[in-house]
Amino acid sequence: MKSHLITGLILIISPGIFAQEPGSNPAPKFVSENIECLQCHGRKTYFYHNEWTDMMVKERMNPYYIIDSALFYASNHRNFKCTDCHSSEYQSFPHSGLLRMELGYTCMDCHGGDENFADFQFERIEEEFIHSVHSTRHSEDFTCWMCHNPHTYRISARRDLIPDVVAYDNEICLSCHANINKFQLLTDKINPGILEKHEWLPNQKLHFLSVRCIECHAEQENDMLVAHNIKSKEEAVRLCANCHSQNSLLFTSLYKYQLKESRREKGFLAAMALQWRKNNLITAMDSIAEVNDRNESTDGSVASVVPPFIIGSGSNPLMNLISLILFFSGLLAVMVHVILRIIYKTS
Amino acid sequence: MSEYYYFYPKWLRLWHVLNALLCLALIVTGVSMQYTTHVNSLIRFDIAVNIHNYCGVALTATYFLFFGGNLLTSNGRHYLLKRKGIFRDIIKQFHYYSLGIFKKRQPPFPLNENRKFNPLQQFSYVIIMYICMPFIFITGWALLFPEVILEKFLGFDGLQMTDFFHIVLGFIITLFLIIHIYFSTIGIRKSNNFISIITGWHRSH
Repeated sequence: MKSHLITGLILIISPGIFAQEPGSNPAPKFVSENIECLQCHGRKTYFYHNEWTDMMVKERMNPYYIIDSALFYASNHRNFKCTDCHSSEYQSFPHSGLLRMELGYTCMDCHGGDENFADFQFERIEEEFIHSVHSTRHSEDFTCWMCHNPHTYRISARRDLIPDVVAYDNEICLSCHANINKFQLLTDKINPGILEKHEWLPNQKLHFLSVRCIECHAEQENDMLVAHNIKSKEEAVRLCANCHSQNSLLFTSLYKYQLKESRREKGFLAAMALQWRKNNLITAMDSIAEVNDRNESTDGSVASVVPPFIIGSGSNPLMNLISLILFFSGLLAVMVHVILRIIYKTS
Repeated sequence: MSEYYYFYPKWLRLWHVLNALLCLALIVTGVSMQYTTHVNSLIRFDIAVNIHNYCGVALTATYFLFFGGNLLTSNGRHYLLKRKGIFRDIIKQFHYYSLGIFKKRQPPFPLNENRKFNPLQQFSYVIIMYICMPFIFITGWALLFPEVILEKFLGFDGLQMTDFFHIVLGFIITLFLIIHIYFSTIGIRKSNNFISIITGWHRSH
């Protein structure tokens, strides 16, 4: 954070630096226009001239009103003037107290119905959000800004390394669910207890680093870039085979994990006995059967759901067929030999 | 007058019976797992896996009896393949089984003290016992310790490839077992070879 602020200050002082940064986006459009705001709101302290005392006063900036200019100029909204979204009356100081009542824009005010943003499907995002627990369990206080800080948000998908995307997106969730100050803006609950609630999750740390919260906590739609229908915790994905299935090579890592863990806990021989408990298989296979049944009942056709790959079970029908053909060919050859031996009366 | 050869010493008979029982258990449980579905399976999946694992470990142990016995006793010499004319001899033996036997010809390679196996037998035993068995042990143990398996093998997932090879080897051994049992019925009498592996004495005429 400190380094960001320092960078921010440098940027404010020297806007031309953007043009020299290798590999960066073109310089933001309104750097010079925004300097006036950021010279105070881009710093932890600010100065102003007190006309009553005719003295320069140094004050601490309210931390919630500090804008990290480095993050802002890297964000999606980097080409905005502050006054594009905020009242132009902020240009005078001290700011009028009434300005605090200013109604901020929401995403849909700008992005709704805009063909330029059609790919992002803002209307569907809004629809999903309305059905999500964020909307149904909270009042209108829960706005897009709770997750997407307009001063810093940047869409990271397909641009950054996957672990960076995961970390960035999870940070959005954790900004509330692991930060009691922000969390209590909307609830009276004391502690979100992220780690305790995920204690059941094997390899918790690795999952947190490799999987976005929304993968398990939101309803996934293939044609949506980012799922916004956050479900209640009871509806979150808890079945390992949902992700670790034949479609994703993840299933093999699940196999490795199960065996290693049970060996660590119970010792080698006991681990072998425990490695495939009945319910593991039954649950995995039942879930497939259930999906098949559900799909069959809704559209009348049988879904082609690939059963999960279970190590040790034949998952390749072609291989099963070839092996059966070879097996019965061998058996047939033996039978023919037997018959010939009977005919020719050889021992 | 019949000639008798003491082909199967006690340790070998002990190994053979253990090997046979364990292999049968492994094949039955292996087949049950291979063709299992969520609706039915020959043996309940988790039970089949457990039996398969225990028997696999036990079979590895008995293999050392076979390997050590062959290393330390003269029985090992019967598994040394000769370099020259091996395939010619195998074909000759194959002709005997497919034609000669019905014309009541004499076996081309009669068994004696120095020849416990005919060439076809010897070749197939070497392939099964010294190639297939070690590889099925390696892949089997790798499946028990999957963390040692390469993530990727020839572009495929290492674990699934290991599983694939394990199943293919199991299948080859199963085919061998069927043929092995059947060919045991070929002898002076159909029961002759079965009695031999129990008493240790092979009757050659």
